[in-house]
Amino acid sequence: MSAEQHITLECLRYHPEQDDAPRWQSYEVPYTPDMSLLQGLQYIKDHLDGTLTFRWSCRMAICGSCGAMVNGVPSLSCQTFLRELAPGPVRIEPLAHFPIQRDLAIDQGDFLKKLESVKPWIIPAEPRALTDGANRQTPQQIDDYYQYAECINCLLCYAACPQYGLNGKFTGPAALALLHRYNADSRDAGTSERMEVINAEDGVWGCTLVGYCSEVCPKGVDPARAINQNKINSTRDYFLRFLAPRR
Amino acid sequence: MKRSNKPVFWSLFGAGGMLSALVGPALVFLTGIALPLGLGFDAAGLSYARAMGLLQNPLAALALAAVISLFLFHGFHRLYHTLHDLGVPVGPGLKALCHGLARLGTLVAIALLFALG
Amino acid sequence: MVMPRTYIRPMGSWWRRLPFYRRYMVREATCIAVIAYALVLLTGLWRLTQGQEAFDAWRAALATPPALLAHVVLLAAFVFHAWTWFEVMPKTLPIVRMGGKRVADATIVRSGVAAASVASVLLLALAYGGWA
Repeated sequence: MSAEQHITLECLRYHPEQDDAPRWQSYEVPYTPDMSLLQGLQYIKDHLDGTLTFRWSCRMAICGSCGAMVNGVPSLSCQTFLRELAPGPVRIEPLAHFPIQRDLAIDQGDFLKKLESVKPWIIPAEPRALTDGANRQTPQQIDDYYQYAECINCLLCYAACPQYGLNGKFTGPAALALLHRYNADSRDAGTSERMEVINAEDGVWGCTLVGYCSEVCPKGVDPARAINQNKINSTRDYFLRFLAPRR
Repeated sequence: MKRSNKPVFWSLFGAGGMLSALVGPALVFLTGIALPLGLGFDAAGLSYARAMGLLQNPLAALALAAVISLFLFHGFHRLYHTLHDLGVPVGPGLKALCHGLARLGTLVAIALLFALG
Repeated sequence: MVMPRTYIRPMGSWWRRLPFYRRYMVREATCIAVIAYALVLLTGLWRLTQGQEAFDAWRAALATPPALLAHVVLLAAFVFHAWTWFEVMPKTLPIVRMGGKRVADATIVRSGVAAASVASVLLLALAYGGWA
């Protein structure tokens, strides 16, 4: 067989019971052209250092668990390939702008709060019974919101967003994209209930259209668009609030 | 959550940004390079007489006021946010200063145009 | 259960970490050029109200090498501002459809650049031809 290739993975380590601050640790990992970074991390855990902690699940870019900073770029480790990073060294850190819990695992609590705040569920105009039958949507109505529904909550966009890094109160890309996903869904009538979040200083107005969130999103959600088109809605709401009642 | 009053300043920022994107480059070229160097213009160029004549037209005066005002609102709004991005401690005082300077520039421009007649 | 101590990393000079962020900062920094040019125009207007001598002195100042160089820099900044403005324009608009199909982001960018080109040509035509 051909000679084994190796790549150097430099991982940011942090075990709070023994570390005051994070530190780097290097690992030499043998790899084949088909291996993802996730497989590289799994090799480290299985053969080199069982104490390395990281989250993963589906290994196919749908669960959103394995996000990490790879050479400073927010990436899904299951979707990042060692052959493209070779020969290294590759810097692997937990997702930026979140507190580090342990090694590559971050505390996502703040995101979960933000997500709750946008009421991410269909709020129908009137309650429906099963006997009313299914909702019907035209292909265009589906197209209106579908890309925003593709969000897997992987938090790469939060790691990409400097405004979230600078101001932890900012609602942030994914939560605002999901807010828009429901507003744009024809089955939903809850826009007025979500306006307070949109209109707030830390709502859409916390965004300066850096746009990196949409660059790193593995699902093409385009949170930058979701947020910035709502600046128009927020402005309209601001100026017309005395003239016409909101839907 | 308190409603933000961003929409007001954002609208001005947007209008200024669009205007400066559409006519900014041409204006800078004209007033800053072509006219001073006399590129394609006769010797008189933007003479006092011509400038006065031009600004007698209310549309031209309005255009100049709009350019100065909206460029200032766009620039100062963005400057405020850039300072924030750079880690400069920003607060309501700095925000008031930035928007205040834009407003001041606007008022001065309008006052000067009225002084011209 | 005692929650372990989490570690919060400082932002520092985050804009230096990636080319994408640097480009964003350059884009934002064009605001200085926009303010500067507005002040140049404002100064010219002020000089105009002060009479012919003052206005001619302002014009002479514009023709000096430092002023010309400054305006070349301003021009570059304005062009970069215009380009990046239209680059992000699709993100500021709701989904645009024509004839039932989505208008591509690239098309929106191109139409913005086209509008700026037309406006520039019109302005130049007005300056070179319109007022004598």
